[in-house]
Formats: sequence, C-alpha cells, structure tokens
Amino acid sequence: MSTAPLRLVTPEDHSVVIQTSSQVPRIESETQLRSILATLSGVDSVGAEARVAKLATRSIKKSTKMAALDLAISMVDLTTLEGADTPGKVTSLCTKAMRPSPMDLSVPSVAAVCVYPDLVAHARAVLKGSSVAVAAVATSFPSGRASLNVKLMDVREAVANGADEIDMVIDRGAFLSGRIGQVYEEIVAVKQVCGNAHLKVILETGELVTYDNVRKASWIAMLAGADFIKTSTGKVPVAATQPVALVMLEAVRDFAETTGQIVGVKVAGGIRTAKDAIRYLVIVNETVGSTWMTPDLFRFGASSLLNDLLMQRLKQQRGTYIRPDEFSGD
Amino acid sequence: MSDRLEVRKTYKLLINGAFPRSESGRSYEVTSAKGEFLANAAQGSRKDLRDAVVAARAAQAKWWSLSAYNRGQVIYRLAEMAESRSDELVEFVKLSEGVNSEKAKASVAKAIDRIVWYAGWTDKISQVLGGANPVSGPFYNFSVPKPSGVIGVITPQDSSLEGFVECVIAPLAAGNSVIALASEKRPIPAVLLGEMTETSDFPAGVLNIITGITSELAPELASHEDIDGIDLEGVSASFADELAFRAAGSIKRVLRPSKKNQKNSIHRLRAFVETSTVWHTIGQ
Amino acid sequence: MNSVGTDMTENNLANSKLGSLQYDPAPESAAIAKLKSSYGLFINGKFTDPSKHEQFETINPATEKRLATISQGSTSDIDKAVKAARKAYDNVWSKTTGAERAKYLYRIARIIQERSRELAVVETLDNGKPIRESRDVDIPLAAAHFFYYAGWADKLEHAGFGNAPKPIGVAGQIIPWNFPLMMAAWKLAPALAAGNTCVLKPAETTPLSALLLGEILQQAGLPDGVVNIVTGDGATGSALVDHPGVDKIAFTGSTGVGRLIQQRVATSHKRLTLELGGKGANIVYEDAPIDEMIEGIIDGIFFNQGHVCCAGSRLLVQESIADDVLRRLVRRVEQLRVGDPMDKNTDIGAINSADQLKRIKELVAYGEQEGATRYTSSCELPKKGFWFAPTVFADVSQSHRIAREEIFGPVLSVLTFRTPEEAITKANNTNYGLACGVWSEKGSRTLWTAERLRAGVVWANTYNKFDPTSPFGGTRESGFGREGGKHGLEAYLNV
Repeated sequence: MSTAPLRLVTPEDHSVVIQTSSQVPRIESETQLRSILATLSGVDSVGAEARVAKLATRSIKKSTKMAALDLAISMVDLTTLEGADTPGKVTSLCTKAMRPSPMDLSVPSVAAVCVYPDLVAHARAVLKGSSVAVAAVATSFPSGRASLNVKLMDVREAVANGADEIDMVIDRGAFLSGRIGQVYEEIVAVKQVCGNAHLKVILETGELVTYDNVRKASWIAMLAGADFIKTSTGKVPVAATQPVALVMLEAVRDFAETTGQIVGVKVAGGIRTAKDAIRYLVIVNETVGSTWMTPDLFRFGASSLLNDLLMQRLKQQRGTYIRPDEFSGD
Repeated sequence: MSDRLEVRKTYKLLINGAFPRSESGRSYEVTSAKGEFLANAAQGSRKDLRDAVVAARAAQAKWWSLSAYNRGQVIYRLAEMAESRSDELVEFVKLSEGVNSEKAKASVAKAIDRIVWYAGWTDKISQVLGGANPVSGPFYNFSVPKPSGVIGVITPQDSSLEGFVECVIAPLAAGNSVIALASEKRPIPAVLLGEMTETSDFPAGVLNIITGITSELAPELASHEDIDGIDLEGVSASFADELAFRAAGSIKRVLRPSKKNQKNSIHRLRAFVETSTVWHTIGQ
Repeated sequence: MNSVGTDMTENNLANSKLGSLQYDPAPESAAIAKLKSSYGLFINGKFTDPSKHEQFETINPATEKRLATISQGSTSDIDKAVKAARKAYDNVWSKTTGAERAKYLYRIARIIQERSRELAVVETLDNGKPIRESRDVDIPLAAAHFFYYAGWADKLEHAGFGNAPKPIGVAGQIIPWNFPLMMAAWKLAPALAAGNTCVLKPAETTPLSALLLGEILQQAGLPDGVVNIVTGDGATGSALVDHPGVDKIAFTGSTGVGRLIQQRVATSHKRLTLELGGKGANIVYEDAPIDEMIEGIIDGIFFNQGHVCCAGSRLLVQESIADDVLRRLVRRVEQLRVGDPMDKNTDIGAINSADQLKRIKELVAYGEQEGATRYTSSCELPKKGFWFAPTVFADVSQSHRIAREEIFGPVLSVLTFRTPEEAITKANNTNYGLACGVWSEKGSRTLWTAERLRAGVVWANTYNKFDPTSPFGGTRESGFGREGGKHGLEAYLNV
C-alpha cells in the first residue's frame, strides 16, 4: 500500500484518490497470491452490518429520489435465466429493455439484458441499433462445475454469438478448499477468451458465506483482470445483501487506490424493490463516491425490480400510489 | 324480548401459530366443575404431538435469536392481552374450577401478574445464573445460561390458569419453546391464553397447546426423543415415576412436581437452561 | 446544479445530486413537538408556578430561536419538592409492592414508546443533536431502561444484595444536557424500581424532554410526589445537593462540579454516586478490521457532536499503520454531513450552547499553538446557531493539553504507540478512567488489553454502545457507581 502525503482534504476528492502511476501486480504463483491476500484486513461483521444499517436510514426524497430512480433504471441488467426461456421470451425482455415505459419516453433504457449463451444471437438481433448491451452468463453457469475446457468453450461461443459482456462464475469448490491459485488462473483464462467483451466475475457470495471470504475473492478476481465483480447467480438461496455490497465496494476502492485500476460492482439476486435499489445506491455513493455512480461501474442484476422502479417514478410524478398493471409484465 | 342465539365457540389445538382440530378427528366433552357442558375440545393425538414438536424445534431458534429485551416485550404483551380479556378468563376459571367470582378474579389477576414477573426475567437470567469465573491461568472464563431447547409441559390438572402460567411462561422466558398439555378436565383458560399469544407477537410454534387425555398424551411426550426437557407438574407421583423412566431414554431434563411452596423461586427458570462456559486465552 | 430528469447521459447522472453526495432536504416536522409557550415545575404530580416567579428561556442551539419559557426553581421550590418526595415515600411508595412498582414502570416504558416521535423531535430541538440519533438511540434507550428496571422491582432478592434489600429514601438527581431524556431514564428507572422517590433537576439548557416526561408520568398514573421535576440553573442543583431531606445524590456532569458536590456531601449522611468526565482512549492495533475501525473511531468522537463523557477522544494508533489510518480518517471526516439537526440525513448537529462552543474553540486554539497538525472538515456551517466543524489533530503527544483535557466536542487527538505495553501505559496516563476502545482481530490481545485498562467500560471492535443490562460508569476521577445492569441497583438500595 502506498502512503499518500497528508493534506487538508477538499470536497472534490472526498471519495477515492486514484493512483495514476501504479500497476496491477503480476502474480506468478499461488504463494505470491496468498501473501498479497494476507495483507488484507479482516472484516468485522457486526461493524459492517451496523454501517449498512445506518446508511439505510438515509432519507432520499424529491429530486434526489427522481435522480436515483432514473440512475437505477439505467443500471439494470434485465435478466432471464430459466430453463424454459424461448426466443419469444427474450424478444419481450429486449423490447422492454429498450423502452421500459412505452407511455413515457423520458424513461432511460436499461444497461443490458442478461441471457444464456444460446439466446445471445437472438437478443442481439432484437436489440440491433439500441444502446442496450447483451450480457451472457457462461462457464457452466450457475454451478461452475465442469472442466476448464468446457467452461472456456462456453465463453467462446457466447462471444462468437455477439455477447458484449460475459458474466462468469468462479470455482467455489476450489476457493473453499484453498486452491485459490486455480481460481485466479481460471479467471485469467476466461479474460483472455473474452476478447473485447467485458468480464464480470460472479463470486457467489451466498456460498462464500463470510465477509472475509468475499473480500478475498473480490481481490482474487480483480488481480486476475475482472472488469466487474458480481455478487450472485441468483440461483442459490442467499444472493446479494447490502453488507456484501459494502465489502465489495470497499475492495474496489482500495484496489483503485493501490493499482489505479477501476473495477465495477454488480449486485444481483433478490433485489425487488426501488427502496432496496436506492439503498444500494446510497452505499455506493458513501463508500466510493461519484466515479462509480454510472452504469459503466455499477449494475443491478434483476427482473422484477424494473417495474417497481417504474412504479415509484410514476408515483413521484403523479403523487399517488400506482397499480402494478400500469406496466407490462415482461 | 326475543332471546338471541349465541354463536358458540369451537376450542381447537394451537400448533405452529395455527388452530387445527386434532388430526385424529376426535373430540371429548369438557364440562364445568358443576357438570354443565362447556365444549367439545379437540382430543389431541400422538401425531398432533409430533407436529407440535417439529414446529417447536424450528421456532426455538427464531425465539432465541430475538434479543432478551424483545422476548421480554413479547411476554409482557401477552400480559397486556390477558388483562384486556380478563373478563373472559375470569368467567372460564369460575366455570372450570367451580370457584366464586371473587376467587376467580383474584386468580386471574395473580396469573397476569406472574406473566409480568416472568417477562421481566428474560434479560436478567444470564446476570443471575451466569458470570465470570476466576480460573487459575491467563484465561477469560465466563458462564452463560442457554435454553435447553424444546420443553414438554404437563400443566396442573386443577389450577386451570395460574398453574398453567407458572409452568409454561417460565421456560419460555428462558428462551425455550414449549409444548403444553392442558389440564384434561379444565383446559379452556389455557386455550384462551393460547389464542392471546397469537396477538402478542409470539413467533409461530414457540408455544403449542394440546388438549386431550393426559394419560394418553403424557407418555408420548415423555418418550419423544426430540424434546429436551419435561415438566411433570400435572401428573400424580406414581405416574410421574413412570414418565420419568421414559424420559430417561433420551436423557431429558426432568422437573418433578415441587412440594415446597417457594415464593419467587426461580427453580423453573433454572430447570431448563444449559450453562455454557467459554474459555479464551489472554495474552499479547 | 444540474437539472435532473432531462439529460440522461451517464455523466450527468454521475454528477447529479446523488452522485456528489448531496441529498435533498428531508426535514422532520417541528410541529410534532407540540411545545407549550411556558412550563411550570412538576411537583407532587402537578405542574405549578415557581415560588419566586423567576423564569428563563430555552433555545434551539441550531437556530438560537427561543423554544419556551422555563421556570427557575428556587430553594423553596426544592424544599417543596423534597417534602413531596418524602411524603410520597412514607405514605405511598414504601408501601407499594415491587410488583405494583413494576407495573408503573412498564406503563412509563410503553408510553415513551408510544410518544417516541414527539419525544425525539423535542430532544433534537432542545439539544441540537441530529433527529436520527434522538429517534434511533436516545428515545429507544430511555424506554428500554424503564423496561429493564421495571423487571427488577419485584425481584430485588435475586439481585445479589441479600434477601430483602430496602430502598434508601429520597433521591436527588442532577443530570446533564448531552442525553437529556436518556439520563433522566438512567436515574429514575433504577431509583423507582428499588422503591425510592425522586427529585430530578434537568440541565439548564435542556429541560423540555424531562418536562414532557412529567406529563408521561401523569398519564401512567404514577402517584403524586413519587417523581418531582424541578428545572433551573446551577443554583437549583446546589439547593438540592444541600437539602437535608435528601438521602442520596446522583450526579452526572463535569469532574469539576462533581468534586464540589462530593466535598459538600462529605460531611452529611447522604449516599453519593458520580458519573463525570473522561478522555477515552481508542486503541487501534495494526490487525484491526480497517473499515469498521474507521467507522468506530468516527462514532467514538463525533457521535453526539463529541458531547459524550465516554467519547473516544484520543486515538492511540499503532505507529506501523498510523499514516494509512489518518489518511482514511480524514477522508471519512470530510464525508460527515454537518447541519440542520432536524434533517434526517444529518450526521453531526449543533453544539449545545455558546458556552460550550467557546470552550471547544479555546482548547482547539491551544492545540494548534502546541504544535499539533490540524485537519478540519471543509463543510459549510450554518450562519446562525452554535457550530464546530469536525476536527482531527495529528502528531499529538501525551504532554499536550488536548491529550489531557476533556474538550467535549467534535475534536479528536491522534497519538501513536509501538507495542501493546506502550498503548496501555499511554491509555492509562490520565486521571480519568471512564471508557476505552480496543481494535484488533486477535481475541487474546484484546482481552489482555481490556484487563489492563483502567476503565469502567471497554469496547472491543465497537464504540459507544449502551444497553440497560450493561453496567456503565467510571474509575478514578471519572466518578464512582454504576448505572445499568443489576449493579445499577446498588446505588439505590440501603446495602
């Protein structure tokens, strides 16, 4: 860790001081990786949860709330990851992604849609000409339990089909049994195969369980070249939580200050209400500041969240509570 | 003046926050002390008990995860509910026990005050029963009383409310969940109190109440292996021996009927806690 | 400022109000307080005029606007109150069973919960602390104290003081302005539970929540005279301390005044407990959980604007991580939202009085003179009211005044240490001994440190945590006696 000179802090840089001259260290061995991780501080779970609870009391009203709702909408990765997905389902999803509210064209489009690799080409076609990106989950999502060859093939096909973003899963079995070198190398390999597609690394924090593990896994992913670190697949009982997001945001902040590399964060799974989404934005705001308050660096992986954001937005405008049927069910 | 026909109440079991009839479909007659018909109470079965134990086990973790302050507030709220419905309780204590209004009122008032007494214990038990132990050596050592878990309570046969409260609220205050066998012949005040727990923020399954034939249900309670402790207050001495023998099969904590009249004793709290002692090294 | 909702490009969203940490005002409504224009003294169950018809004003320290007119209790008012308390003790309260006393206290706890929003607004208007703190900390703890001690009233024989411990009689209780309602609860609840009657003297600058409590006592049906509330300044407090009809004095406030009280009471029969000042050391070892530790240091000194006797006003940080900690600390201080206490998003409120602000400024000027390096938040302070921007002094040494004297404001002094032994020596190098913090992920070292600290309270990996079950109080010149837990009963029993 570098030691910046002490000075009186001015309001503009109350967020993060990003090193311009440092680099991401090259990791040659698991031992070296282990020694870097050993320099990380532990997380006191009581303290982390208390911080999140206090941030949840922030009262976000009026124009701040409108700005937050629009920002959240623009940060959504509208997702469908079901065995029963069909081209028809994906068409509906993409249409909604481009124009969430046909009655109100001032509503921004979402950041991306998120689908399985075999539906990428279809999504691409429907979204042609729009600003909405196509993200594909890959690497034997959601379990990640397959050989590296199979997982890389999964990624290659998704990229060949036109995916702009790849959401990969880490090997939790390797992580939990201490084979962190293997976790690291797999991410490096996937990154290479991504080409121009940007890489989100899903940590599956619900399976990592402890905040210490979340912090370690975040650093492994970032050192290996992740563009984004992501909480969950949404396919296990415990998905994104606010304390987990806090720990991940602290990790990207510290990583930026140490290496100059800016990594984004995506929270996914179980985020259903606008209230929740705004709470996450407050955590982003007060942990890393304005640099991350953009879809380029923060995303919500969700499906039903979008309609609640639209409802709350309309409620702010009309001043009354809205019926769910006001919006399409897609 | 035309007589309005009353809408009569059905008295059911309390299991996992719901009020089912017995899965056996059986019922039995409950009469007042003077022999008047009061109700067809559910006659609980072995399977009802089994369901109650499953509910109680799941609920106990939830109950213990609340702060002690919270548990105290929930039990105090039960007292609030009982106070506001005390007329109803007085009427049924009177009918069930065959006492006059004055005695019934005093009994209900006493029962409510005992609920309040136990409510105030939730956040004090560990201060009275636990503490730091000055072991030899550089160790921090402290003992903490934790609840035993799921307690089966055979409540008194005669004291339909006061006795029920004493035997049931104590283990709850210590953090246990409870399956209570109500008095066979005088179950209604207990059933009423059970209804009141549902408006007191008790998590479902923390208190379960089974009405029925004591001689049929008690042995089942005593031998069920997923019950951690049993209170034998509501059976005769000889039956208690038999039940204690059954309970020994899974090394249950057994509380025998107390002969002494211990005013303000906390033996009912002590009976169903497990002292857990932690050592931690002290050093740079 | 950018207009919102028109241009949806990423840049504008990032620069929008949310992105630059600005939130729209989210004010709580002052009307909820339902303040009266003037208040009498609460004696023998009723609000009455003061005998000498002397009054003073209480103001909102955030705006300097008048809130209400308060009665100045004279010596004869104190006499009336003590006599009322004595009569209530002899005729009613000493004859009330523990179970009945308990039920009064439960009622009071419940009503505080019911009227919590009103009480929180009154507290913030009168004291200057953020509404979030009144709402989430002060009022809930006040209710919890009554709830906890209600439960002891009928169980005194289990508290470890013998089979049938008796109350002392009439308690005179003088409380400070930093946690007005909470301090009233800390005093009244155990005293009443144990069977005593009380005369309470709230602080001069923060009488309102105590007066509202008087109304609550009426609503709870508490018998006349069991609690009496006499507002006024230092003279009123003196009269209470000196009154021969009082059997026990409980005082929370500065060590200076505590000393005077102890001297005055020394030749009398009165029992005494004191909760005085402190200069808490927050010890940070190099293996501390970094982010939670930064929050803990911030909470330790800036919570309640630093108006906390147990504040972690000295940071003792292990030298190996001092630079990094200081950098993170200063960054975090800059994020603190200082301003309108009635805004739900405010972190730091107003200084309670002009006097207190003057004192803080004097000591801070001294700190600069002594050569410490000063970092002060660049936050904008409101024009009216009493305000001090959160400040951190680095390069402080043990011999500096700002390392030794209690500032009682949002000012942190940072010192370093090399080894655990040194940390303890420095932490204990004070005449105070109220509270300390220890930050480390190594349990054995934390416990080793806690064992050696001369402090009534040690917080490990946390700070400023209060609970009615947990005894609180100081050693040495931070006072004697404990509040909270079963230990808190001792002060009010004849044992």
